[in-house]
Amino acid sequence: MPIKPAPLTIGNGAGFWGDNLDAPVTLAREGEIDVLTLEYLAELTMAILAHLREKSPRAGYIDDFPRLLATLAPILAEKPGLTIVTNAGGLNPLWCARHCGTVLDQAGLGGIGLAAATGDDVRSHVPSWLRAGVDLSHQETGEPMTAAIAERLTAANVYLGARSIVDALAAGARIVATGRVADASLTVGPAVARFGWAWDDWDRLAAATVAGHLIECGAQATGGLSHQWADLPDLAGVGYPMVTIDANGRSIVSKPPGTGGKVDLGTVTEQLLYEIDDPACYRTPDVDADFTGITLDQVGVDRVRVSDARGRERPASLKLVAVYRDGWTASGMLAVVGRDAEAKARAAGRIVLERVRRAGYDLADSLVECLGAGDVAPGVVKPTSPPFEVVLRITVRDPSKAAVERFCRELAPLVTAGPPGIAGYAAGRPIARAAFGYWPALVPRGLAESQVRVESRSAAEWARMPEPPTP
Amino acid sequence: MSTTSKVVRLGELARTRSGDKGNRSNIGVVAMDARAYSWLDQHLTEAAVAAFFAPMGVGKVTRYPIPGLLAFNFVIDRALAGGASRSCRIDTQGKALGVVMLELPIPDPRTEEHSP
Repeated sequence: MPIKPAPLTIGNGAGFWGDNLDAPVTLAREGEIDVLTLEYLAELTMAILAHLREKSPRAGYIDDFPRLLATLAPILAEKPGLTIVTNAGGLNPLWCARHCGTVLDQAGLGGIGLAAATGDDVRSHVPSWLRAGVDLSHQETGEPMTAAIAERLTAANVYLGARSIVDALAAGARIVATGRVADASLTVGPAVARFGWAWDDWDRLAAATVAGHLIECGAQATGGLSHQWADLPDLAGVGYPMVTIDANGRSIVSKPPGTGGKVDLGTVTEQLLYEIDDPACYRTPDVDADFTGITLDQVGVDRVRVSDARGRERPASLKLVAVYRDGWTASGMLAVVGRDAEAKARAAGRIVLERVRRAGYDLADSLVECLGAGDVAPGVVKPTSPPFEVVLRITVRDPSKAAVERFCRELAPLVTAGPPGIAGYAAGRPIARAAFGYWPALVPRGLAESQVRVESRSAAEWARMPEPPTP
Repeated sequence: MSTTSKVVRLGELARTRSGDKGNRSNIGVVAMDARAYSWLDQHLTEAAVAAFFAPMGVGKVTRYPIPGLLAFNFVIDRALAGGASRSCRIDTQGKALGVVMLELPIPDPRTEEHSP
């Protein structure tokens, strides 16, 4: 009988761009993991990366990642079995890989295999797809995509699955940087590479997808956002999650020894439900996973076993998320104090917006919030007594940058002209920021997958490469 | 029939976690035990959740029960005033909605159990 491959332990050291910088180092050093994943790309992150890429065609990836590699280099040298899989490539995986190659080469690790996976970035194809009659209707509203929106796209990415990661690992890469890949696929890829599961082994693909879903948001599986927050040990030193997957797809969620937080049925169940739609159909490019039969068991301290996920054939379409320029926005906050704090805050908000109007700008959208007076979920839960202090937050949005910049100038005059008891002017003027529209759609799988490429070479070769083509 | 109108907060029977997908928010609700789950199965309806969040102008509410985990997933359309990239609200991503939902009033299971 063939020997079953040993279980695979994957730790996720980042749940978003800007997450805790020492978590990946702790996982790599203390976690006894085979694979470190780093998930950086939220829906809004693509808009930020698009903005950076507009400024420089060499940018548009998560530059925290090559910097992190410099820190991880001694651990990579010491642990030759450690692999890293990340979507840090963002909108520019080739430049990301080149930067990583330079960092590793300088650290004396030029021999490490390093791969970039591309093909998710379909922005340049969208106008021709539209002309060819491909249906890119908005997934939530059903509106058809117009040429006017297609012209304003700053990014359009298809969520790809685990295949390019498996191909990269098969080609000998120890570090894989992808663009937009479904979050859970960062875990599915290394599991398929280790266990050799078929691409229609739906139950096992679903099991690895569940494992990936549980760890993709980092500390949210180990005590972050938990209702037990006040009783959890050392959230300042919270351990990031690890999952040990066996050849049958059963997995155990845990965290590195000696770290803070907790892994129990509460933290794992809450995270299982995080940002899902129909739990019988958690849809990824790899599989439709069914969460409804999942069994969770506490099998030790900070160890929860996850079994009985089921899978069905993967969807025929892939999700496209396009981001388009949609005007400007700005937001300013001030603290308002007094028995009539809420009334004063609302009056101050009206004054500011009225002054923008008198300056000749008819803002497309504006909102005055009195935080502390029940405005976070407006009207749902009223405070039981009038708050003595509130935060006034005024936010505007308009196609015209001039209109938004005019608003930015109108908060400061309240210091002398507004109601009494308002503080916080020292923070300075609000800043006008580019605003983006979000356009989710479905595209036929074949259309997107035909673009997928994996480039694998040694770190030293990446470092010596002439400039890669800019996307 | 119950003769009492006592209510409890949802927070006395369950925990929640919320987030976003575009202009939708989902709120996962985990009951504290099997009795709380079956009570919520009766009382934490799509209509009750839609009525609770109605002041925010939300759209359709869909409830998905997951009895094996003593949990429900609620998906709320048009919950985020346009979603993360365009909403003017401070909570553009529905991060706070789960905790807000803990205030949803539910008939008190203790008083109802003893009613004739």
